[in-house]
Amino acid sequence: MALDSSIVGRSFPPTRPYAVTEERLRTFAAATGATWEGGPAPATFPIVLAFEAMNVFLEAEQVELRRVVHGEQRFAYERPVRAGDVLTASLTVSSLRQIGGNDVIGTSSEVHDETGALVCTAGATLVHRAEEQA
Amino acid sequence: MSALEPGTVLAPQEYAVTRADLVRYAGASGDLNPIHWSERVATQVGLPGVIAHGMYTMALAARAVATWTHDAPVLEIGCKFTAPVVVPDDDTGVVVVVGGTVKSVDEGRATLALEVTCGGRKVLGMPRAVVAVDG
Repeated sequence: MALDSSIVGRSFPPTRPYAVTEERLRTFAAATGATWEGGPAPATFPIVLAFEAMNVFLEAEQVELRRVVHGEQRFAYERPVRAGDVLTASLTVSSLRQIGGNDVIGTSSEVHDETGALVCTAGATLVHRAEEQA
Repeated sequence: MSALEPGTVLAPQEYAVTRADLVRYAGASGDLNPIHWSERVATQVGLPGVIAHGMYTMALAARAVATWTHDAPVLEIGCKFTAPVVVPDDDTGVVVVVGGTVKSVDEGRATLALEVTCGGRKVLGMPRAVVAVDG
């Protein structure tokens, strides 16, 4: 089912606070074959937050995750993510286009720390694949 | 930071990707989308087979950037996901190659243009990263 254009501009509730621990950073780095030994988190680590923020949006709009493919992703940092941060993310829908029966959804998720300061903005384009024709 | 001068071609980095890597990344990232581990679901939604998380491929690109820049802080990183990385159900998987060129170095920011391929085919569109550099 196609999404309605009224979602453009809508913001969804923030994710639960996420404690960035050394162990989580090591595990994330190891999953990409890298090592983390202190310092800034791996550059794509905030996807963990952005993914949760996306799930809030998908559940609210009753979109099945399995029908979603990632079209584009950007991270713009205000400061590096570090162990000890407690982060939340909230997603805003910035655009919606229908192309070939698929919804192409532009989103922006702001990642804030426990003081409310912006840490990073994660922009994503999500492609919601249409149901196959019966 | 040395060797980050405009025009510098960075040594290509090669990373093997297997189904086991995708399962591990799914756990570490929280992205449990079955298109990254179930052939049945992937083909059901019209994909050619199990595909790597776009974010896994992007993480490999970020890993190359970290290697080239000796872990310089990343200010921006982004790409389009233009072609799926289909990962076969075998023990060898596929190889993702990350190449890069320094486009500019200005006011403490180095911009790297990346090229990310799998089997000779570009899989990311306009991947680029901006890192903080001294000076």
